[in-house]
Amino acid sequence: MSRPIGKPSLPDEASIALPALPKARRPQRRGRRAFGGSQPIAFLYLLPAFAFFIAFGVIPLGQAAFLSFYEWNGITDRSFTGFDNYLTVFTDPKIRGALWNSAILIVFYAFLPISVALVVVGLMVRVRIRGQAVYRAVLFLPTILPLTVVAVTWRWIYAPDGPLNRAFDAVGLDGFSRAWLGDFTFALPALGLVGTWVTFGLVFVLFIAGVQKISTEQYEAARIDGAGVVREFFAVTLPSLRREITVALVLTITAALRNFDVVFVTTRGGPGTNTEVPSMFIFRSVFQTRTVGLGAAIGVVLMLELLIVNMAVLWYRRRGEVES
Amino acid sequence: MIESRVEKRTIYVVLLGASFIAIYPLVSIVLLALNEPGNRISGFTIPESITLENFYTAWEKGGFSQALRSSAIIAVTVVAASVAFSVLAGYAFATMRFPFKNTLFVVLVAGLMLPYEALIIPLFFGFRDWGLIDTRWATILPQIGFSVSFGTFWMRATFESLVGSTVEAARLDGANSWDILQKVLLPLARPAMLSLAALLFLFTWNDFLLALVLIPQNESAQTAPLALSFFAGQRRGGDPSVIAAAALLVALPVLVMYVILQRRFIRGIAVGAEKG
Repeated sequence: MSRPIGKPSLPDEASIALPALPKARRPQRRGRRAFGGSQPIAFLYLLPAFAFFIAFGVIPLGQAAFLSFYEWNGITDRSFTGFDNYLTVFTDPKIRGALWNSAILIVFYAFLPISVALVVVGLMVRVRIRGQAVYRAVLFLPTILPLTVVAVTWRWIYAPDGPLNRAFDAVGLDGFSRAWLGDFTFALPALGLVGTWVTFGLVFVLFIAGVQKISTEQYEAARIDGAGVVREFFAVTLPSLRREITVALVLTITAALRNFDVVFVTTRGGPGTNTEVPSMFIFRSVFQTRTVGLGAAIGVVLMLELLIVNMAVLWYRRRGEVES
Repeated sequence: MIESRVEKRTIYVVLLGASFIAIYPLVSIVLLALNEPGNRISGFTIPESITLENFYTAWEKGGFSQALRSSAIIAVTVVAASVAFSVLAGYAFATMRFPFKNTLFVVLVAGLMLPYEALIIPLFFGFRDWGLIDTRWATILPQIGFSVSFGTFWMRATFESLVGSTVEAARLDGANSWDILQKVLLPLARPAMLSLAALLFLFTWNDFLLALVLIPQNESAQTAPLALSFFAGQRRGGDPSVIAAAALLVALPVLVMYVILQRRFIRGIAVGAEKG
């Protein structure tokens, strides 16, 4: 993001800690015989990774939580203000607006690409596609680009004299032409569609990998039962992709909530406050508004938001796995 | 397989349409960059004459030769350190027995969920006190800290799939843990390490927020995405074709790597997500 879509993975206690155990245990038991009990040397191997993780992950997180209870301009003494900063996050109309905007972006970053990709994949399972690897490689391309490059590119596409408006002019729809990113109605959806463009390839690749694991017998059985495209999709494809859909949801929602690069390079939150996002306030709190405590509080809220969303999605997945 | 003609045509039309949308913005930026400076193009026609002048301008005036060098130094350092540390930690988690093993692993991997937007403020003030603001270390150190979570997760899975009879045999021969890692497992793990390195390079190269906050003023240490954002930010002075050329320079290393390692990338991301 920053990495385009967060890191391409997420932790899930169940799948990390549990299924790996039987595999991991066997060599350990043999190891115990060979080395006798636990191996303290393991901590030496863990040291560098944990030193960096603690110094630049865990400790800053603690400091952010600490700072979020203070009022501080970054220079003079700070003063303890309790939950005031959190109160401001949820009552200040601008910050609340930014939180709301990031919620709207979820529609464009997550729901839209996932729905479209499901339809495309649902159609693809019906026929043998020639050159599937090429389509996959092309569709995945936007996901790997630096988001600053994506932003510069789309700023040009949406420019008053850019390709999009030229295309509208060419087909006689001059009335549609506008400065998309400066438009009070269209700026946020226009940025949202940039997100759709970025995340679609990732979602598509995940789903393609998912359907390749579905056995052809399942489809044959559905077809013998006389299932058409639609029933086949809901009876076979969709339930089999449950795991891939939850992974896609977590990655794309994370990308939507963390959105910073594209907004910073294109609109800086404008026009007005129409495209403000939480991370823009975090950035400004250090260099412009000098409200460090408030910035830290927004960061903590953002982190909790992500935690809640991820947990909800994973809970949904686990519930599904128990049912089936 | 149902080979219905209508369905077949529909899916090809859909795939071609989606591919056009995926690729067109990039093509339009390439055309813009190759265009004569100052010459406005419509974005759909092929320019009459092609020139690399915009790339020279970006390279010289935009300071991109320096920015790309800086990004390369940062990315190589972060990738080398992160892969090394992840190999060590992943190896311990996959093959050794020690107290709090599962707890430690869950805590480390929970770092994947940590948005660094939330950490950027303490990092800024911490590095300011250490005098590291505006140096490359200010982004290198936290990038390593964020990368080892994913890396350890990745390498543990790799080593678990590799640990087998050869390792057992080496152990019975009295090889110590370091020899087993170095002589038995590392040669086998090389493809997985290359995939990990490629993914971490991508993340590190593309980073913007960390560089923006932690290297705000020192031009000689600034990364390529940061230089691009400053360059594109001078709206009035900026010629769109030069900005387009600059954007392509920033994207080029990632694009080249994608073309070479495309399958590895796609599989890596799919597999990485699957394991989650």
